[in-house]
Amino acid sequence: MPAEGNVPASPRSGGNAATAAMPKWVATVALLLPTYAWLTLAIFLPLCAMFAFSFLSATPMGNEQVSFTLQQYAVFQTQPYMIEVAIWSLMIAVATTLGCAILGFLAALALARAGLGRSRQILLILIVLPFWTNQLIRIFSWTMVLRSGGFLDSVLHFFWAGAPSIGFLYTRPAIVLGLIHGYLPYMVLTCYIALIAIDDEIIEAAMSLGARWWTILFKVLVPMAMPGLVSGCVLIFVPVIGAFMEPRILGGPVGVTLGTVIEDQFTQAFNWPLGSALSFIMLAVVLAIFATFSGVLRRNASA
Amino acid sequence: MTNVEVKTVAKHYGGTPVLTDITCHFAEGSFTSLLGPSGSGKTTLLRIIAGFVAPDHGNVAIGGKDVTHTPVRARNIGMVFQSYALFPHMNVNQNVGFGLARRGIRGSAARDKIARALEMVRLPDFGARSPKQLSGGQRQRVALARAIVTEPTVLLLDEPLSALDRRLRQEMQVELVRIQRESGLTTIFVTHDQEEALSLSDRVAILDRGEIIQSGRPAEVYERPRTRFAAEFLGDSNFMSGTVRDRTIVLEDGQRIATGFDLPSDGEHATVAVRPEKMTIIGGHDPASDGENQLSARVTNVIYAGPALTYTLQGVDGTTLKVFAQNRDGRPRETGETVTLVWKAADTVPIEA
Repeated sequence: MPAEGNVPASPRSGGNAATAAMPKWVATVALLLPTYAWLTLAIFLPLCAMFAFSFLSATPMGNEQVSFTLQQYAVFQTQPYMIEVAIWSLMIAVATTLGCAILGFLAALALARAGLGRSRQILLILIVLPFWTNQLIRIFSWTMVLRSGGFLDSVLHFFWAGAPSIGFLYTRPAIVLGLIHGYLPYMVLTCYIALIAIDDEIIEAAMSLGARWWTILFKVLVPMAMPGLVSGCVLIFVPVIGAFMEPRILGGPVGVTLGTVIEDQFTQAFNWPLGSALSFIMLAVVLAIFATFSGVLRRNASA
Repeated sequence: MTNVEVKTVAKHYGGTPVLTDITCHFAEGSFTSLLGPSGSGKTTLLRIIAGFVAPDHGNVAIGGKDVTHTPVRARNIGMVFQSYALFPHMNVNQNVGFGLARRGIRGSAARDKIARALEMVRLPDFGARSPKQLSGGQRQRVALARAIVTEPTVLLLDEPLSALDRRLRQEMQVELVRIQRESGLTTIFVTHDQEEALSLSDRVAILDRGEIIQSGRPAEVYERPRTRFAAEFLGDSNFMSGTVRDRTIVLEDGQRIATGFDLPSDGEHATVAVRPEKMTIIGGHDPASDGENQLSARVTNVIYAGPALTYTLQGVDGTTLKVFAQNRDGRPRETGETVTLVWKAADTVPIEA
């Protein structure tokens, strides 16, 4: 115990000599450098290259004459159907985020609040399981379930032999379903962390004051877990708006989203400039949305 | 008039009994302390009254109504928690108004009640503040205001002062008694601090291992503890054991101890308790007067604390004794000195061992 007591006693005492020799900022820089160097090399520089590409008239890898142009950014004017694609993409992202928020919050609530003891860890692992399965396998397994005559129909026909097919593969709800499945764990985990931090006595206080369960949910738990809900929404909304695998596999003919269009520009049409321009337009839209709600976000983050 | 009644309540957690057959009642407007060490079941009893814990069997009635199967929210209780449990995302007004809104009281009627409650806890201008901007004592007051603003049938306090430092704690004790008197609320106060229990409440119930050992007015329980546990837990006590003969206790070394109370019949074993502050130290050996006990002992330790002294002594038969003395007459005794302890037979209380 005396050794422990000595350390904070005086900044000039022996225990602090080593750290005193090296200024604090050196350690900070040394710790941050690898991460920032990697981010610069692997993300920022390619992003800059893509940004530069988006102002070119064609992919600078063929024999074509390449010139500087702003025409790629006029895509919504030159190809008006892209507006519809963008709106559908946004709606799919909003629906997915909303679905994740509702399901994820309730699941996190059950995990954090119920007296589950040791089984809580197992349940948490089950929730993270989608992260550990290959994305393609996960999505294709949904096609097995959702196609007409698939698993869903088999179950229905087991109970009601003459039932019509309720398989809804190749629809937008199918896309949302697949996306929710893939991204739900983010929401469960962020909400779980926020909810587990709420003291039981807070809820008991609300009960003692006469609150029913929905009052506790909407007036106490949701506001107090708002930082977790918000970070979950951000974590989900951003990747979902650019997702292309779920729309392509589960959406079929209706699965044309910003994500698939961008992917097509790179892999099929070989029109990197248009793909880059669309990516940056999407980034701008996402940033604009967050800027609009930043007041709300900041208020809740500090709560 | 009885306001809260607990009848033959028992509670087990797993195989461990926490409360065994508790029966007690709390009079209208009374301030009762449930006092006991941790694990004695005092908090469980409070939580059963509040409704957070369902008893295995037995009944709880609040305000004359059986509430054994009534959910917490419908019991009309006010509760103050150890951690205060203020809602961090609401300001003081919203915190205090939470219970009112649940009762359909909003707008100007609610504002009046909130203002009056905050005035009662002496925080009239704090309504717009967030709990984060308050000190520990202020949070405590807001929690109290929130609990009393709904005019509950019973006010339940779960060790509300234990998180405060000593000075603030004493200040809040005074406030708590004042607020309780002013509001006239039946109050049940859980604490492990015996001084707090004695000075705040008009009734004390001592719990040990799931049972109420003794209850009564603080002075009653302090002056006449019935068991060794009660005598030890509520204050300090010196114990002396011997055999009963001629309505006195004969210690092993032959010295006789008189008591002002009934003793078991001759030949039986008996133990008495004497409070350390009831004993006086004298030098030499005076002839004992009637109704007085004397015992010679050797001083083994002296703690000098300015106005008061604590002596540890050893009796002839080897028992350790404690004496609290005011620093009043002459010089303090020295370690190793042989002295005589004098105390009244009326202060010698027979206890169940």
